[in-house]
Amino acid sequence: MALPSYTETRYRIWHYIYIAICTFVFFFLIAPLFVIFPLSFNAEEFLVFSEGMKNLDPDAFSLRWYKDMIYGTKNPWGLAAKNSFIIAIFATIGSIILGTLAALGLSSRHMPYKGIIMATLISPMIVPLIISGVAIFFFMAKAGLAATHTGIVLAHIILGTPFVVITVTATLSGFDHSVTRAAASLGSNPVNTFMKITLPLILPGVISGGLFAFVTSFDEVVVVLFLAGLENTTIPVQMWTGLREQLSPTILAVATCLILLSTLILVSAELLRRRSERLRGINR
Amino acid sequence: MSSETKQILTTDGIPLEVSLKKAEKKNKIKAFLLVAPLLLFLVITYIFPIGDMFMRSVDDRMVTNMLPKTFKAMEKWENLDELPPEEVYRGFYEDYKLLAENQQHGKLGQRLNKEKNGFNTITKKLFRQIKRKKIDESASLKEQINKLHKRWRDVEYWQAIKRTAPPYTASKYLKGMDMYFAADGSIAQVDEDRRIHRILWLRTLEIAFFVTLFCFFMGYPIAHLLATLPMKYSNLLMICVLLPFWTSLLVRTASWMILLQQQGIVNDFFVMIGLVSDDNRPEMMYNKVGTYVAMTQILLPFMVLPLYSVMKTISPSLMRAGKSLGGTPFVAFWKVYFPLTIPGIGAGCLLVFILAIGYYITPALVGGASGTLISNQIAFHMKTTLDWSFASAMGLMLLTGVLVIYWIYNKLVGVDNIKLG
Repeated sequence: MALPSYTETRYRIWHYIYIAICTFVFFFLIAPLFVIFPLSFNAEEFLVFSEGMKNLDPDAFSLRWYKDMIYGTKNPWGLAAKNSFIIAIFATIGSIILGTLAALGLSSRHMPYKGIIMATLISPMIVPLIISGVAIFFFMAKAGLAATHTGIVLAHIILGTPFVVITVTATLSGFDHSVTRAAASLGSNPVNTFMKITLPLILPGVISGGLFAFVTSFDEVVVVLFLAGLENTTIPVQMWTGLREQLSPTILAVATCLILLSTLILVSAELLRRRSERLRGINR
Repeated sequence: MSSETKQILTTDGIPLEVSLKKAEKKNKIKAFLLVAPLLLFLVITYIFPIGDMFMRSVDDRMVTNMLPKTFKAMEKWENLDELPPEEVYRGFYEDYKLLAENQQHGKLGQRLNKEKNGFNTITKKLFRQIKRKKIDESASLKEQINKLHKRWRDVEYWQAIKRTAPPYTASKYLKGMDMYFAADGSIAQVDEDRRIHRILWLRTLEIAFFVTLFCFFMGYPIAHLLATLPMKYSNLLMICVLLPFWTSLLVRTASWMILLQQQGIVNDFFVMIGLVSDDNRPEMMYNKVGTYVAMTQILLPFMVLPLYSVMKTISPSLMRAGKSLGGTPFVAFWKVYFPLTIPGIGAGCLLVFILAIGYYITPALVGGASGTLISNQIAFHMKTTLDWSFASAMGLMLLTGVLVIYWIYNKLVGVDNIKLG
């Protein structure tokens, strides 16, 4: 952002202060993530940069914590990762199905009591997680689903659907309903119309909602802490336990993997958002 | 003319209006059926359980169910300043004997002890007498029980039993505000040095308020920069906002734990620039400072994204127009740009505030004793003391606060306007 040459000195100073503030905030946002990378390759057991690391001595770096993460005996990460993925995948599928159907209904102009129903459907996003956790725990305990995968999947569907509802409703707001009418007039039944016409058009919204649901489930710890037994431990639960008891470099190795995963999700979410905006004809 | 306003008929001979209404109704049902599965699912697994939380929080049927005969007899106890009549003693004795046979008497003692200190001792004494069959049921039970312990002769203990009679109570809510029902049924304050919950509520509000404030002052400039920079730069900088947004909460908390520890990088930096001496490194974690810093960084994207989406829609020519009409850049900003961003400010601030007020994980990890919030207290009662009804009561108090804020949010911004990324 170059300033015009006629800018007065005091505005010039203000401008540089503004740039400095912005630089600081961006640094504040992103820098903490980058602390984890080098420390996860630490050859020593401490969570500080050793002298060797500061001098870029190759011996000071090692992959031992990654080895420990994967091969370590009595290590919970394998089970936790398996559980996390299974739970997140099923929760995402459930959220997508229920959320997309609901969004289709909500986008219809015939929908009665739209306001209150919308508020109910997205309430799990607004209610503090700790309260959701307590309520869901009471339900699962009564239904005999506490400490089961099913219980956790159902809980994560509750927490994930609001995101699908919101993103799909947003996609449908730019949806031209005359195409479905055209399909119907050409003799297609509603299911066929949905699969062949509507779904391909709203797919970016569905997938990006699904990504939110996946991340919500994959990263969720409060509700799982109430529901999970030893068998259903997930990555966030293991990290929570690890961080409370003893911060070990193995956690940093896991954290590095999680940052890589989130980068992957960020890239796909961004690509989807751009595609969906292009399809909706929003030019920015 | 009147003949032309005759009802228009469809080809089937049905009036058009009726036919249209029928079709509309069909569409309504169709739309509703699409929403129904999710709605039903949420109502069963989520909305009802929250109602269940309310029932638990006011439920006080335990003693009511344990001492049915006592409470029945107490209806005839008229002068509450004097010891109850023989029937009440008999009722209590019979109820208690039944409980003792079912091994339930301990629970009752503990519950009554909460109502009035000293109950546990005297109920245990009664239990031993019943076990040794030393009580003669044909004689006056009032005399025999009164002889057991002087507290049985104290009318306050009988009043305490009577107070537990109603099946529902608001006492858990009062406890959440550091108040309780005094012996005469009025509401009293807990001693000043034991008012822990009020401190927590105030601290939760304080932390949520300041985190929102910090997020605003940090988020506004960068949202502005992102909205005004050319696309190719802003897309790159946007990653700095979105990557933390998509990264696991626990990962971000872990990185703050590393940064803020006493031998951590932030302290190293302070020592390097000479702000603090090496042997006097300040404690920045396990207190409020840690909670503030970590929560601000974690919630900042929720401030930036709504602000950005609003600022993006403000045309840059408005600022130029303001300046060309003689305003200094400050005046143009304050009078033109800032008012236009108010919807974004409202959305961002309320979103951050709502999230901050219910925060649990980060304060629990970096907050220590002085940085924990009301959610941590709820979790503590759920997991450690197992006082679920109290946890429910506090949860619902928190929920009420959040719903009020949500309602304001809805009025100001509209729930439909929430944008994600």
